[in-house]
Amino acid sequence: MNAPANVATLAAKDFKSDYKPVWCPGCGDYTVLASITRALAALGLRPENVAVVSGIGCSSRIPAYTTCYGFHGVHGRALAAGTGLKVARPDLTVLVAGGDGDGYSIGGNHFMHACRRNVDLTYIVMDNHVYGMTKGQPSPTTEPDWNSKLSPGGTGLREFHPLVIALAAGANFIARAFSGDPSGTASLITEAIRHPGFSFVEVLSPCVTFRPEQRAWKEAVRPSPVEPTDDPARAARRLMTDDGFNLGVLYKGTRRPYAPPGRASHAVADLEKEFAL
Amino acid sequence: MNLPTQGAARRESVSIALAGSGGAGVMTAGNMLLEAAAQAGYYGLMTRTSGPQIRGGEAAAMLRVSTFASDSQDDHCHVLAAIDWQNVNRFASEIPLTADSLLLGDPAQGEPPASFTGMGARYAPLPLKELAKQVSGGWPNMVALGALGGLIGLPADALERAVKKSMKKGGDAMAAGLAAVKLGLAEAAKLDGGFALAPATRGGKRWLISGNEAAGYGALRGGVRFVAAYPITPATELLEWMSSALPKVGGTLVQAEDELASINMIIGASYGGVPALTATSGPGLALMSEAIGLGVAAEVPIVVVDVMRTGPSTGIATKTEQADLNIALYGLHGDAPHVVVAPNSVSDCLSATQWAVSLAESLQVPAIVLSDQYFGQARAIVERPADSEIKSERLRASDNAPAYKRYAITESGISPMAIPGTPGTMYTADGLEHSERGTPSSQASDHLAQLEKRQRKLAEIDCAEHWASVEGKGDIAVVTWGSCTAPVREAFARARADGVSARLISLRLLAPAQPARFKKALEGVKRVLVVEQSFSGQFYRYLRAEYDLPAEVQSVRRPGPLPFRPEEIHQLLLKWSRT
Repeated sequence: MNAPANVATLAAKDFKSDYKPVWCPGCGDYTVLASITRALAALGLRPENVAVVSGIGCSSRIPAYTTCYGFHGVHGRALAAGTGLKVARPDLTVLVAGGDGDGYSIGGNHFMHACRRNVDLTYIVMDNHVYGMTKGQPSPTTEPDWNSKLSPGGTGLREFHPLVIALAAGANFIARAFSGDPSGTASLITEAIRHPGFSFVEVLSPCVTFRPEQRAWKEAVRPSPVEPTDDPARAARRLMTDDGFNLGVLYKGTRRPYAPPGRASHAVADLEKEFAL
Repeated sequence: MNLPTQGAARRESVSIALAGSGGAGVMTAGNMLLEAAAQAGYYGLMTRTSGPQIRGGEAAAMLRVSTFASDSQDDHCHVLAAIDWQNVNRFASEIPLTADSLLLGDPAQGEPPASFTGMGARYAPLPLKELAKQVSGGWPNMVALGALGGLIGLPADALERAVKKSMKKGGDAMAAGLAAVKLGLAEAAKLDGGFALAPATRGGKRWLISGNEAAGYGALRGGVRFVAAYPITPATELLEWMSSALPKVGGTLVQAEDELASINMIIGASYGGVPALTATSGPGLALMSEAIGLGVAAEVPIVVVDVMRTGPSTGIATKTEQADLNIALYGLHGDAPHVVVAPNSVSDCLSATQWAVSLAESLQVPAIVLSDQYFGQARAIVERPADSEIKSERLRASDNAPAYKRYAITESGISPMAIPGTPGTMYTADGLEHSERGTPSSQASDHLAQLEKRQRKLAEIDCAEHWASVEGKGDIAVVTWGSCTAPVREAFARARADGVSARLISLRLLAPAQPARFKKALEGVKRVLVVEQSFSGQFYRYLRAEYDLPAEVQSVRRPGPLPFRPEEIHQLLLKWSRT
């Protein structure tokens, strides 16, 4: 490539680092990574202006697999770190990524409040209904009767419905993707990044090691039969009756994003007047 | 510091408590009295105590007005005035009286409780409510303000200016306030007080500021432009002050959903290159501990101000203690070197916080500032803090730095930090142990190299004289920190008046420990008193662990919320000087 760096158009591969992922062969997260790099290329972004922020878990390893700025923090707090970054640096494109345990269990409170706060960032959850890094424990999206060593016979708990929660909490863009459809996933992520405010993309991303039965997801998924809506009531009805396999943009809201800081109107030294006698 | 000459006709220092139940306006009147003292050229300090009620319930404003600057409460209270006596006896241990003290109270509200009269104080009835009724829209607290101002000899015009400054809306309310104050002044003239202050010496520029405001302003001076906030007593006022101040200087505050969010938000902001801070108290600091360790491992500068209150657990949320020292020093898992700084006066809340920002930024490390409820919520008339020459500078990677390694092993341990947006230096900041490039590594050699790097950064802090306040000479030393420094300083001034000299060492930099500097400061000292406000002697144990102490060391400690009084320390110094 001879063109100067600042005008070159980058390809998806330019967003992929040379680090070898820790993921198992066949893991859905490989194609999510590919979809993210495609989306960034499609948007004409430069890696230095993009930050990928994550917590802990298999999918949370994703920042270092990109050539962007990355932040791999503590378990469950990715959205908080991403929020601080985006509010302080509104010029950056901020992607927050992670798994269902990180986002819906330990990070559940941040998930709700990030939806409410509506900071202009994109949250990508690679949902495989299991804790993979700790070798197979049930997560909030796991079926109640899924047997495991930690919860023999299943948790008996009803699954968490991330999309309904996101809608109720005020997310401005809600989509479901499937890692087995990389180009569909890439276009949903592209649209999510473009959409102002908090955009949430739930990606069904099978864990072939601990949930091999999820290989059957490719037969279950289908494009959503209806167009996206900006009406939360309609979206709620759809999501409440959804079987978890409808793909596409399911809600596209019009709320104004969280306002970034404005320009300084005072010098720091001016503020001492309020204390001076 | 000039000292009060006991028994003199005019006093150098007078302490007043104004108590009452919720809605009685004791804090409003207390703040006006402090403002009037400032207008008249005096120094002053106002602390507060209150019951647990959200609104209503008993409260007391405790003021000290003096011709000299002091952050300490006096040994006892000279005048306790009460709008009413409802539950005020709960404060008896915090408002010590003597036979020379005066109790002022409205006879319509009953007699003063035995917990106060039992201390021998005189009682003078003052019909506050009845007097207030003489003014349309008059309030008993404003009558009390006038009476107290008169008793300590504040000029009427100083009180008038204070009322006008506080009641900015003016109108009938202000007129009623002024009239009620006048009635109170007239009553004071009838009382045989003996509490009038000696004339004030007007000095240079002075501020009226709380410790929480001072810490907030120090953070701004240090360059902080992002704050994440979760409300907690007694740190909330710091966050509230910053919420309105930050936008003026181009910064922003985000109210977080919990302390886990606030600490991770500031790490995110600082990773983005913007100096960032949060403020909390013990329970919040406990929640933040994991992420502070992330700041250590990923080398992201952040500042956490802990305005300490009594613990453990919820403790007494509204009252002070110095018992978060252990968690601040040792609360992080793994080997996690970081900075802990403690202000030792109300105005030092500004300087210490500004310094903490600068240390965090230059060393790329988390810094904890240990303030406390006493300093945080005290309002004091102080000399304007000097402009600091300490700069906050983060070593940044340049554009396209060749073969950039975020965690490069360097001699100083500090490696250039690439800020997102900088081309050619992309890396992933990581709480996982990592190689120099930042890639996760589980190799023993990388772990050791990065541990050494992070330790090395703190080994040679260029802290000049900032590490401690070292004052006085002699072979007896008092080693203390934080708000305990205030009564110790005053005890030293009294001891000097007795011809006793001693050395005060008040540590401001608690971590990393400075054994070489401490050793030098302690040269020639044979005996050490260690003064702290913690039940278990956390500070004493820390000194034992980190420093060489002479053979004779006495730990002088008590839990919060009762403060040390200067005379206790003064007497200890006298006793030691004679043996």
